[in-house]
Amino acid sequence: MATLAGAQTTPYAGANVWRTVLEWLTTVDHKKIGIMYLWAAGAFGLVGMAFSLVMRTELAQAGTIISAETYNSIFTMHGSVMIFLFLLPVGAAFMNYSMPLQIGALDMAFPRINALSFWIFLFGGALLAMSFAVEGGTASAGWTAYPPVTLDTGNNAEPPGAGMDMWLVGVILLGQASIFGSVNFLVTIFKMRAPGMTMWRLPLFTWTTLVTGLLILLSTPVLAAALVLGFIDRNGAEGAFFDPANGGQPLLWQNLFWFYSHPAVYIMILPAMGIVSDVFGVFTRRPIFGYRSMVLALVGIGLLGFIVWAHHMFTTGGVFLPFFMGATFLIAVPTGVKMFNWIATMWRGSNVFPTAMLFSVGFLMLFLIGGITGVFHAAVPVDFALHDTYFVVGHFHYTMSIAATFGFLAGCYYWFPKMFGKFMNEGLGKLHFWLLFIGVNLVFFTQLLLGLDGMPRRINDYVANPGWELMNMLITIGAFVSAAGMMVFLYNVFYSLKWGERAGSDPWEGTTLEWATTSPPPAHNFDSLPEIRSERPLFDLRFGERLQDDPHYHVNNGHNGNGHGRGGTAQPSESAREEG
Amino acid sequence: MAASAVPHKRVHPIRSFLVGDEPMTTGLWGIIFFIFSEIMFFAGLIAAMLALHSDTLLWEPTNGGHRVEGDHLLPILFTVLLVSTSIPMQLAAFAIRKGNRKAMLINMAIVLVVGTAFIINQYFEWEHADFGISDGPYAATFYTLTGFHGAHVIGGLVFIFAQWLRGLLGHFDAKRNTAIEAATLYWHFVGFVWLLVIFPLVFFLS
Repeated sequence: MATLAGAQTTPYAGANVWRTVLEWLTTVDHKKIGIMYLWAAGAFGLVGMAFSLVMRTELAQAGTIISAETYNSIFTMHGSVMIFLFLLPVGAAFMNYSMPLQIGALDMAFPRINALSFWIFLFGGALLAMSFAVEGGTASAGWTAYPPVTLDTGNNAEPPGAGMDMWLVGVILLGQASIFGSVNFLVTIFKMRAPGMTMWRLPLFTWTTLVTGLLILLSTPVLAAALVLGFIDRNGAEGAFFDPANGGQPLLWQNLFWFYSHPAVYIMILPAMGIVSDVFGVFTRRPIFGYRSMVLALVGIGLLGFIVWAHHMFTTGGVFLPFFMGATFLIAVPTGVKMFNWIATMWRGSNVFPTAMLFSVGFLMLFLIGGITGVFHAAVPVDFALHDTYFVVGHFHYTMSIAATFGFLAGCYYWFPKMFGKFMNEGLGKLHFWLLFIGVNLVFFTQLLLGLDGMPRRINDYVANPGWELMNMLITIGAFVSAAGMMVFLYNVFYSLKWGERAGSDPWEGTTLEWATTSPPPAHNFDSLPEIRSERPLFDLRFGERLQDDPHYHVNNGHNGNGHGRGGTAQPSESAREEG
Repeated sequence: MAASAVPHKRVHPIRSFLVGDEPMTTGLWGIIFFIFSEIMFFAGLIAAMLALHSDTLLWEPTNGGHRVEGDHLLPILFTVLLVSTSIPMQLAAFAIRKGNRKAMLINMAIVLVVGTAFIINQYFEWEHADFGISDGPYAATFYTLTGFHGAHVIGGLVFIFAQWLRGLLGHFDAKRNTAIEAATLYWHFVGFVWLLVIFPLVFFLS
């Protein structure tokens, strides 16, 4: 590894700033594209957070500050921005940056299509942003865009304007970017793995990329179909698809939309789960407990994710309740497997708690609350009572929004040294963690209670029932505490980019291949690769020699256990020993 | 690559038929995954049409317009023509796998001519239909589905034409023919979607 130390060049040393800009604009390097995704999605995330602060300011007390129309527009854009422009692309950012490194590839299978994905994503985002400027404002039918609210049926006082069309087209573009990205991820994982990197040796983050890619590939086109129908419905077909007055069916939209948007929940949370798994595998100083069961649980979640979409539509009366209830309960099983595996990994581990690990543990706690409230919802009678209350808002924010964000923040702290060659500041990181952790729990746990008390979602004003004003004020305070935490994070990013402590190629004693190259990696990623004999090649490189004589030491190395394997112990090769 | 010295691994006959005996390139994997996403797109549209057809009282065009009885002849003829172009397209792939660029170009030219004729016929179908896109669910699905299928046919034709020009310039041989294999798979998909799904549904659900 010492040979790699001097390999990194500084491509922009002495070059002028425009050349640097041009280099980033025209890059097809998966690392640069990943970093651009990260910056863009982070900026959109801050915008989405600002929207949430506006909403919380409005709801802090009964009575209105902003009009219902503005509030509708704000909560619609909060959801759309956070889902389509923050959570999905942040996942894509880490998949772009880390996955090719983790499998020892030079780049993605189709680097230029990768760049195309990014620019389509940015253009789609710009379209959504520009809808603020058009007459009638942005889309304001919620991120779920249920017709007939999206249509001009003659009954709505202020029919949605061009902003709605821009929303539909923008999301089609974002979906197209996702589809191209997923094709790229899948082919890269299937075709570009380094020699020795069998499927059963893929790091868990790469496995989540694979399953996420399949989910995107098979579900996003259905959303595209729905959006296309929605667009034609508004422009030409005059409600023939979704307006009951003209022969359309509102439920058809809901079925098509949730056929995508339920898997989309897993598209957001699975990469976060993968990051957390990798982080646990490093900072507990143990191999992840039950590697194969983790993979199988992942595949199980992916498969079940396709047959539960209608649990979002229990109260419509248009779906077969017992099937979707049962299937939804089933998802708790693979999710529980993952939960217990993470806990078992920490059990008796030599745990250390840098910020990345703190966020991973925080992820477990948040995801536990989110997951269990999800099981509540799966029960049809409970769902009937809680539908469209703040309980739902609390539940889905706990799981796919804030748990996923914690996973991605863990990824930021974990891979920042690899991306920029510098550590993030740990003190600021811990301040960030505690502010955010306290803040989001204040927000979303109170929302669960508020929902149980019956407060409906998506309203800009409410009756001051006993306790509601207090709880709403607590939520608002929590939102501002969380925002303060994110400001600390933002400061930390710029502080660490400038003054961060320098990190070597393997600052965390990592186990996966991305730590086998310099920080940041050269354009071609690797000058040489270590021998890959297990799912933890760098661990083998570091300790394999010491452990190979230990009969109690076993690693999961591919076909171990089904009769045609290479044996179960770590066997570092000659070359690995020389390099180490 | 010392590929000639190493005997080929036995390849499944269906795989051999579809993509040849050479190892599959990343490009070919990419187009296969992409076709799966396209299948899901059309699955969404077709599911919408079936749902609308089964549950809607107002299915028929609201302006009273309908397809004239016996008017199915031309659509059936062009359906047969479009689907049968899968044969010359596959022959083009077979030809280039053997390195026969001339036979490939001839077969692709047949595909281009017939495919273009299909699109022209679709234009006249749209011209002669006595209902507009705003005349209820049947009319809207008719234009949406044939329109998106037509767009995919045009996309396929443009891609095939680009590869045809590359062939004229002397590109492609027995080893390097990913684009031709990809175009072939895509063309099969376009014909398949039309023959098995869109044509029977759009033309007989009225």
